[in-house]
Amino acid sequence: MDDDDRLVTALADDLDRAFDALVVAHQDRLYTIALRSLGDPGDAEEAAQDAFVRAYRALAGYESSRIRELRLRGWLTTIVLNRCRSVAARRAARGPRPMSIDAESSRPLVEPEAAPAAAPAEVAERRAERERWAALLVRLPAPYRSALILRHVDGMSYPEAAAALGRPEGTVKAQVHRGIAMLRMLLEAEARREPQEMTA
Amino acid sequence: MNQPYPPTDREAAALASLAVPAPSSLRPAVLVEIGLADHYDRVDSPLGPIVVAWNGRGVSTVDLAGDDGAFEAHHLASTGRRAVPGTLPARLAQAIRRRLDGDRRVRVPLDLRGHSAFEQDVWRKALDIPRGEVRPYGWVAAEIGRPRAVRAVGTALGHNPVPLIVPCHRVVRTDGSIGQYSLGGAQNKRAVLSAEGLDPDLMEDNARRGERLVGCASTHIVCWPTCRTGRHMLERNRRPFRSLAEAGAAGYRPCKVCRPVAVSAA
Repeated sequence: MDDDDRLVTALADDLDRAFDALVVAHQDRLYTIALRSLGDPGDAEEAAQDAFVRAYRALAGYESSRIRELRLRGWLTTIVLNRCRSVAARRAARGPRPMSIDAESSRPLVEPEAAPAAAPAEVAERRAERERWAALLVRLPAPYRSALILRHVDGMSYPEAAAALGRPEGTVKAQVHRGIAMLRMLLEAEARREPQEMTA
Repeated sequence: MNQPYPPTDREAAALASLAVPAPSSLRPAVLVEIGLADHYDRVDSPLGPIVVAWNGRGVSTVDLAGDDGAFEAHHLASTGRRAVPGTLPARLAQAIRRRLDGDRRVRVPLDLRGHSAFEQDVWRKALDIPRGEVRPYGWVAAEIGRPRAVRAVGTALGHNPVPLIVPCHRVVRTDGSIGQYSLGGAQNKRAVLSAEGLDPDLMEDNARRGERLVGCASTHIVCWPTCRTGRHMLERNRRPFRSLAEAGAAGYRPCKVCRPVAVSAA
């Protein structure tokens, strides 16, 4: 019996008592998926919060037998991806955030490591590398980005990711591979542009 | 040109490193929104600063401001929910401000889960009493269709978790004395009523002389002493009555606004 099996049993028995444990178990995942999909920490927190609230309201309306059969990880993932889509749509409708520069400088896109054992220079380099990948990832078209996030950032298996995305497994696999190819192209394009910018 | 093929170990590691912890504000925000935890903040009132706790369902607790730790412990004991410091949303703060200023029409959402239907009926009825007026416990009991439950009405008002927002201070004892108050005792009840333009000492003096109702000699209508319709009555037309029966015998009919009823002592 894994953690999610224990959780759905507890949720089916007493939703209000068990829901905090669900938040604790899945908040890092849902926030990460939202942050890597949307790129903005404020939007990501909004999408993740919205996803948990919707999950709670849905569970409150389910029979306990239905809750017991839930595959929590995939179900929550589907909800947060939906919320990301509506947050992104709302953001597109109201235009770019005027505060985005401040928001990024006050809270970095990538949080510092908990215990940096390596030399500061190496830590800074690794952090710069992660920020570069994060920035490239949000530039990918949505289907490739979501497939890559679920498979390689969240670490889902292909069957799990396919179920959460509602796409055939073969499609998800192709989207992951194509997404990686796009990231490589973007990285190379960046590497070509950088020296010119240095001399400009 | 790059051909699609699986990520290298280095690429997979770079992507895996993009997992981050959620901000610490996410969990309380979720729990408060769905009503499994509450936020609390301070608000000014006629009694000085008070603490207001709320969640996504509404305001759950009002208490005198004191030690935060003591409030959190008391809130957990009485509601079973954690209270986390927060900032009142502007719209809710505005609604509470207007309600404390006496506007009964402004909607203040309340979270009264865990309280009986009887208690909620009593509190809802207290909201019918306008600022600057009071009614006896027996009136509340009669109005909610439980005329014999006068004592239970008093108990329910004493358990009001959101005093000031639900104005239980506007319900007084059947003998006309001001009575007890859950938010810091009788002195505070007098202070709130004074802030609403009443004179508690005068009200009690009149009650001691046996005045329970006041009739107007020109209209022959009898009211509770603080009813707003009697506010412009000329002093020479003012007729005190000990009971509705006494007023009826003198040819007075009950006011349709404040609806005086025959009440037995609590």
